[in-house]
Amino acid sequence: MGKTIIEKLWENHVVHREEGKPDLLYIDLHLVHEVTSPQAFSGLRLKNRSVRRPDRTFATMDHNVPTVNRFNITDPIANNQMETLRNNCEEFGITLADINSPEQGIVHVIGPELGLTQPGMTIVCGDSHTSTHGAFGSLAFGIGTSEVEHVLATQTLWQSKPRTLKVQIDGELGQGVLAKDVILYVLSKYGVNFGTGHIIEFCGNVIRQMSMEERMTVCNMSIEGGAKAGLIAPDDTTIEYLRGRKYAPADAELEALAEKWKALASDEDAQYNKEVYIDGSEIAPMVSWGTNPGQTAPVTGRIPYLSECTSENDQRAVESALAYMGLSEGQNISDIKVQKVFIGSCTNSRLEDLRMAAEVAKGQKVHEDVQAIVVPGSQKVKMMAEQEGLHKIFLDAGFEWRESGCSMCLSMNADIVPAGEHCASTSNRNFEGRQGSGARTHLVSPAMAAAAAVNGCFVDVRRMTGAEAVH
Amino acid sequence: MAGLTTFRGKAAGMDRVNVDTDQIIPKQFLKRIEKTGFGQYLFYDWRFKQDGSPNPDFELNRPENEGVSILVANENFGCGSSREHAPWALLDYGFKVIIAPSFADIFHQNCLKNGMLPVVLKEQEIKYLLDKTKNQSHELTVSIESKTVTDADGFSASFEIHPYWQNMLMNGWDEIELTLQMEDSIKKYEESVQ
Ligand code: SF4
Repeated sequence: MGKTIIEKLWENHVVHREEGKPDLLYIDLHLVHEVTSPQAFSGLRLKNRSVRRPDRTFATMDHNVPTVNRFNITDPIANNQMETLRNNCEEFGITLADINSPEQGIVHVIGPELGLTQPGMTIVCGDSHTSTHGAFGSLAFGIGTSEVEHVLATQTLWQSKPRTLKVQIDGELGQGVLAKDVILYVLSKYGVNFGTGHIIEFCGNVIRQMSMEERMTVCNMSIEGGAKAGLIAPDDTTIEYLRGRKYAPADAELEALAEKWKALASDEDAQYNKEVYIDGSEIAPMVSWGTNPGQTAPVTGRIPYLSECTSENDQRAVESALAYMGLSEGQNISDIKVQKVFIGSCTNSRLEDLRMAAEVAKGQKVHEDVQAIVVPGSQKVKMMAEQEGLHKIFLDAGFEWRESGCSMCLSMNADIVPAGEHCASTSNRNFEGRQGSGARTHLVSPAMAAAAAVNGCFVDVRRMTGAEAVH
Repeated sequence: MAGLTTFRGKAAGMDRVNVDTDQIIPKQFLKRIEKTGFGQYLFYDWRFKQDGSPNPDFELNRPENEGVSILVANENFGCGSSREHAPWALLDYGFKVIIAPSFADIFHQNCLKNGMLPVVLKEQEIKYLLDKTKNQSHELTVSIESKTVTDADGFSASFEIHPYWQNMLMNGWDEIELTLQMEDSIKKYEESVQ
């Protein structure tokens, strides 16, 4: 019987296997940031241990960097965390994209951007959205701080083999329907639990036709479906993306590896533990209305009625979400007004995302009741966007153009949504309090976020003039 | 970490689904660089009112739940961000065992790695425990050795735990130490993929 790409990647990294134990897996790339690493480094120091492979470890600062002036860190604790990371990297010999580096940015944006992320790798980071890197056909998953310490010390992890889940999306996406809508649709249809205990392989022609940036958006949110990781088999799109990146192999080496990487694709007769098939043509631009990413509806739709809930637990979840969100059952999505708009996060802060938002914002004005901020995923993205003049489009329309970082995705810095306000956000989580205590988050695509900024409420981006340009 | 074979303690019920790690420990408290001291912030937004005073309606603030060390939770407990501060906060607050019908993967792992036991029981069993812990104090015995949860009223439920983790918890071992003993295999692997 053939193997899935998930099994191939797994088998390629087993260091040690023993009856009754998880497998000991080798980790090819370990990404580190300031929030989940300090306790790991102090653990090492406590036991007099060193970092086994500093050359396979790469660090950056992103979670609590300020985005107005990134050098003006007023929060002493945030400052302490950043300072601690700086010292730890120096002490243990780890490369750091520091706050003043042109390579600084959100850890899941810069990994791919610098060519650190490559097909066939095992990649870990103390952050659940590490699944983003699966877009390259790598086995990438988030780990906790104890595991960060374990990887630093041993370059390995004990892992039980998860089950495999195929999510195949065929058909054609409609105009104005973006990768974010695809993954939100999957979550709305199957819920936030359907991937638990599994690694997802996304496939089908909708996925094949996606750019790398779109694939990253999809894989980024596999964790929102409960999956350990999500990935996409490497193909020519993957190889082309890698060409010329700082840490990626070049020339003959790249060509040789390309063949090896493409051979990782799941075999025709490979069997999965679970399979899901989706018709891409059914997907509309999506808006989350609740407090988990599965509580999402098409922009043309409405919030469900409690009577439509399929279980008692579901009904309770909807009830408490509506209470928190200040919304009512059966309400139309297009009736929800927004006061904040956030375009950013490791889900949607890459150059293409900003282009799609700019396309909608071009020549328009941000609604008078709305504050809208654009936070590029990295300094590189910011620079490239400015070269194209995207920042001008945003600024002219009344958006704020910020420095790179996680920002309002989790509001650990000063970018907070005030209690009771609704925020159209291109991030990945709409949990209670995520963007600030009492903040009401609505997950959307970059184009939908820009459209909400202009209109002060959710509108179908497909109906806006100029939206033809949004593919 | 000290070893743990059988544990007896007071259980608190938390009948909410999809309790995520943002709720367990809100992000404004993640900035510490130590592993301890997070217990005071556990379930902060639920536990305290806007003015910082304890919210009397919150489960853990009820008088019968003073000194609890076992949490009976509902579906998909610990979903969301991978922050290990969540188990640290639960541990620091005094919890040793979390019982639920299902856990989010990373959270589940993080509990084990910190010497806290996540126990998956069946829905009816959870229902029983949630009932028993409603507005009253209830003691449970959790045996890692025999993989059972029991109470004085004759309730007995068994659970699964990977023998690897069972061993680790019972002996209170440090996982890194074990792995460092595998140095030969790690070296061999590194050479083979050069
Ligand atoms: S942007 Fe948000 S989800 Fe992504 S790494 Fe930062 S905090 Fe995590």
